[in-house]
Amino acid sequence: MSMILILEQMLNGIQFGVMLFLMAAGLTLVFGVMGLINLAHGSLYMVGAFAAAAVANATGSFLLGLAASLCAAAAAGALVEVLVIRRLYDRDHLDQVLATFALILIFSEGTRWLFGSFPLYLNIPDYLKGAVTLPGGVQYPLYRLSIILVGLAVAAALYLLISKTRLGVQIRAGENDREMIAALGVDISKLYTLVFALGAALAGLAGALVGAVQSVQVGMGEPVLIMAFVVIVIGGIGSIKGALVAAILVGLTEKLGGLLLVEMLSTFIEMSEAQSVGAIFSSMLIYILMAAVLIVKPTGLYGRSL
Amino acid sequence: MSFINSLSRESWINLSLCIVLCAVPLWAWLSDQPFTLTLCTRVAILALAGVGLNIALGVGGLVSLGHAAFFGLGGYAMGILASHAQSYTPLMEAPFLLEGTKSMPLIWLTAMTVSALAAVFIGALSLRTSGVYFIMITLAFAQMFYYFAISWLAYGGEDGLSIYVRNGFPGLNTLDPLQFMLLTYAVLALALWFYHRLAKSSFGLALNAARQSPARVQAVGITRYNVQLVAIVLSASITGLAGALFADLNRFVSPTMFSWQTSGEIMVFVILGGVGRLFGPVAGAALFILLEHQLGGLSEFWHIYLGLLLLLVVLFARGGIIGTLAGREQANG
Repeated sequence: MSMILILEQMLNGIQFGVMLFLMAAGLTLVFGVMGLINLAHGSLYMVGAFAAAAVANATGSFLLGLAASLCAAAAAGALVEVLVIRRLYDRDHLDQVLATFALILIFSEGTRWLFGSFPLYLNIPDYLKGAVTLPGGVQYPLYRLSIILVGLAVAAALYLLISKTRLGVQIRAGENDREMIAALGVDISKLYTLVFALGAALAGLAGALVGAVQSVQVGMGEPVLIMAFVVIVIGGIGSIKGALVAAILVGLTEKLGGLLLVEMLSTFIEMSEAQSVGAIFSSMLIYILMAAVLIVKPTGLYGRSL
Repeated sequence: MSFINSLSRESWINLSLCIVLCAVPLWAWLSDQPFTLTLCTRVAILALAGVGLNIALGVGGLVSLGHAAFFGLGGYAMGILASHAQSYTPLMEAPFLLEGTKSMPLIWLTAMTVSALAAVFIGALSLRTSGVYFIMITLAFAQMFYYFAISWLAYGGEDGLSIYVRNGFPGLNTLDPLQFMLLTYAVLALALWFYHRLAKSSFGLALNAARQSPARVQAVGITRYNVQLVAIVLSASITGLAGALFADLNRFVSPTMFSWQTSGEIMVFVILGGVGRLFGPVAGAALFILLEHQLGGLSEFWHIYLGLLLLLVVLFARGGIIGTLAGREQANG
């Protein structure tokens, strides 16, 4: 196995990881601050991708498409929060799972009704096409590299937002003691809507960025949603730092794990057999990773103990 | 009169539900509409899956988003046994010869055993966590099976397995829609009886108490972990049996049975009908199939209406259909 292949898969893993982080950050914020488990987060990812594809195809500008994805997902998030989600904060998780499962049905069928069943395509803009040669001689697509950079920039911005700004202070206070910050005069319901819209915007951005690599279609959100759940569970629900670490870990496991597994197996059994066994287990690896983490640390890597 | 007066409102609802569920197929049989019989069979099988989940979810309060794992295992138990029987190849030769089978009782037994074994494993690990982590780890286990089934090419991979002729049950012609329907009704009735007895038994009370107040249950000397593990195993074997029947109804198994949407739907049956209510899953599955059939005919986008209805039930009709109709009296029993 060549070093270049490993490096390339590693970059793919990191790219997948930062994209998962964009999804997971919103999920984990919403859970940490409001105690809500939101299955419809994948739908906001889909909304972002559709908005980006529709606007980019109409105007010809990829950046306008990205802006549209942020706005559309944030608006959809705020709307859903005001109409439905805020009634769920003091319900148990079962009600939250069900209500947000219902939202998925509504979002998916609504999008199918608006855009039809055929996938849309979002083209990579010309200035991001092609490949760059990285130190070490690895040829890597410029667009994927930009996703990594955008993701890391968002992670840094989120860190600054939460640790340095007034809003961040309120969010952290909301995680610790809801009643107290309400008593101190913070408009808690406005804060909740804002946090939910922020998470939605990040999901929408992720959807738009990935939409240019894959096709934009109904149901694209759910597989990513489940992976994002795996990420926040591994990282510890409510922890942004945990989400970042776990997202990269899951991304690397997904892209690199299968490769290493086959390599490891091939020292024991024949190559063709190793490949077929590897294929079966590589798609299960991240779930095995998650189960293993939860068994050792039932509240995730950076989670508060129960 | 005293018998009638002694019935609670919930019992009245259950009784009327039974009458409707028996009247519909009777009418369909008399007016020769085999499709309606098949719909009733679907209701009974999906309700059975829900009854299984209701043990864990309703009595035990264990929110498992991974019951598709057991539903799918039941389905694949049937698919694998029947496909070997139809191709006359043994399942394995070493260390001992294992042949496929087309006999329902054997298939059911296998489906229940396999699901129960999986549940011992999944339950033992998942019960170390609680709350959201429990929801997510059960989901993760179901996803493992889903991806395993997709990549396991020996048994169809993504395309699934087709079984050409429905499996047989001694003394019955299972190809006749009415006879197969009556068989599934009988299995559902048995499962409901079992659920009823279980919820009333001391085990059911302990399980219920473990949901409401784990600390007190521990204090009286019951190990919460053991009680809940047994509940998951029982719950899984019933859902697994439903999976085998579902596969037999369609004569087809595919990885979709393991998908997380399947877990979600089984949960929807239970919640739509009423969590912890004896007939909750039956009412939920019946309404779901009715909606699928009626709205599906009206609009291609019937999932929107299903979603809206579900949202309304969760937001405003807590306790589902039966909970709303029967009022707040005695859930979980």
